[in-house]
Amino acid sequence: MWTYIARRLLQSVVVIIGVTFISFIALQIGGDPTYLFVSERATEEEIEMVRRALGFDRPLHVQYLSFLGNLLQGDFGMSLSYRQPAIDIVLGALPATIELTLLSILVSVGLAVPFGVFAALYRGTALDGGIMTVAMFGQSVPNFWQGIMMILFLGLYLKWFPISGHVPFLLPLLQGDLAAAFGNLPMALYYLAMPAVAVGTYSLARNARLVRSSMLEVLGQDYVRTARSKGLTEYTVIVHHALRNAWLPVVTMIGLEFGFLIGGVVVIETVFSYPGIGRLVFNAINQRDIPVVQAAVVLLSMVFICLNLIVDLIYARIDPRVKL
Amino acid sequence: MTDSAGDGLTRLAPRRDSDLARGMKRAWRSLVAARWPVLALAILIAVVVVAIFGPAMSPLDPNRQNIMLRLAEPGAAGPRGATFWLGSDALGRDVLSRLLYGARISLLVGFAAIAVGGTIGIVAGLVSGYFGGWTDDVIMRLGDIQLAFPFILLAIMFLIVLGPGVMNLILVLGIGQWVTYARITRAQTLSLREKEFVEAARALGDGTAAIIFRTILPNIVAPLTVIASFNVASVILAEAALSFLGLGVPPSVPTWGSMLAESRDTLIANKWWLATFPGLAIVVTVLSFNILGDWLRDFLDPRLKERG
Repeated sequence: MWTYIARRLLQSVVVIIGVTFISFIALQIGGDPTYLFVSERATEEEIEMVRRALGFDRPLHVQYLSFLGNLLQGDFGMSLSYRQPAIDIVLGALPATIELTLLSILVSVGLAVPFGVFAALYRGTALDGGIMTVAMFGQSVPNFWQGIMMILFLGLYLKWFPISGHVPFLLPLLQGDLAAAFGNLPMALYYLAMPAVAVGTYSLARNARLVRSSMLEVLGQDYVRTARSKGLTEYTVIVHHALRNAWLPVVTMIGLEFGFLIGGVVVIETVFSYPGIGRLVFNAINQRDIPVVQAAVVLLSMVFICLNLIVDLIYARIDPRVKL
Repeated sequence: MTDSAGDGLTRLAPRRDSDLARGMKRAWRSLVAARWPVLALAILIAVVVVAIFGPAMSPLDPNRQNIMLRLAEPGAAGPRGATFWLGSDALGRDVLSRLLYGARISLLVGFAAIAVGGTIGIVAGLVSGYFGGWTDDVIMRLGDIQLAFPFILLAIMFLIVLGPGVMNLILVLGIGQWVTYARITRAQTLSLREKEFVEAARALGDGTAAIIFRTILPNIVAPLTVIASFNVASVILAEAALSFLGLGVPPSVPTWGSMLAESRDTLIANKWWLATFPGLAIVVTVLSFNILGDWLRDFLDPRLKERG
């Protein structure tokens, strides 16, 4: 167990170094990065001054090492548009993004399991066909378009849900204000509902298909037949015997899903004007605020890598076949 | 003994062109039997035709602005006796014409990105699987690192520096896909490397490159085709998302994603047609690729059929 954890931790460190390296060279591939930081009308002297100030006149390896050194201290430089440290701005938007991501995962996994199980149990019937057809659609709809359509129909036409905005839950919770946090919870969920469904639908569709296929495989196995012939109720057979093995592939998938969800969050936050990292990145792209983009990308990647690590550890715990 | 050594060896190698015609017939029958894939194929052919001949078919100039006729509803009268069948946008441009032009960019980017990513990935996978050792380690670890990085963030980082443009978009989306192809190609190469017909080719004195590209590669085309058909779908979705974020192509080039991005500004005013039609175009195209991919997977590997 401990060697496994140590090995995975070491791997994560290597990957994080890889991520920092990629985000470092991304700035360099377009030529002299100084031009990304100055206005188009800047004079030669001004450009030279910025180049010196940002250290782009130094050799590349020195730049990378100082980039790494600053990064370890959480220093990504000053935001060009907010005149504040970039990392502060990104961290400020992080709780809202975490709320959205968590609820999306809940939507995608929580609904995928029952849908997949029912489709498998009623294989070949209209129920199965219906669920799988909807799932096929779910995998073909761009999440941001789904968001736009939800705004048009559920928000503007039926007026059931708010089309933008956010009520904080995690932030008061982290500040220790439990009363405010849980008082906000119903409204927070109400505001999160549409964006979370828009982000989670693709994964929901994919997971439902995955649960169905792995359930079908498990249901055909001897131990399920044994369980049935022992006279166990159908419920016990399915929930305690079949499902326990059938959802292992889903857990693996959740790890990979985070990357996809993070991509979805970036776009969906823009659609719903949701005050998270995604919209921040979108605005930063438009204002060419490189330090903020860099801080957000590196931070989100690290969150992603850590979540993957956690999923792997959980997986190792629930699947006894993973040798530790 | 009519069997010469050469004949024996050809028989060891899996069948190829001689059975092509029969294979095509079998594929067609299976396609027709499955019903939906026929419709998907027809839609995709139509989209390809639109992508090629779109400029000739479009009723109006997709970039011609007409402030007097802005935000016209679908079916409203356009300039000089023409009709805005799908309405006009905030600058008075014809939505239908822009949609037809957009098909070109979406498909071009989809196929070209697969070509770039597929080529890099297949070569990397073949080299990795055939040679093994440290080459394999380096290539696969590189892939691991890339996969540990959420793709859209990687794309954002590179596109913001490279600037928007069709070529940059193709490159970034292509590079985003190589790992998938490399992993599958590597796994297949590993198992084929030890097969008799590869050993036979080696014994006949074929060079390494010939063995890799002429003996191994043709035998792993099937799984790669399946991956590619799903991949086109996800690349089109990714292109739309990046264009939506303003990182795709320059604003003057109409694409489905950028049309959706522009529709955001008029959303509150309930100009539903601006968001609905480009989105439907994406959904229909992507859905067709997914349905066709599903069928292709079942057809090439019936064992997977049960697994949905």
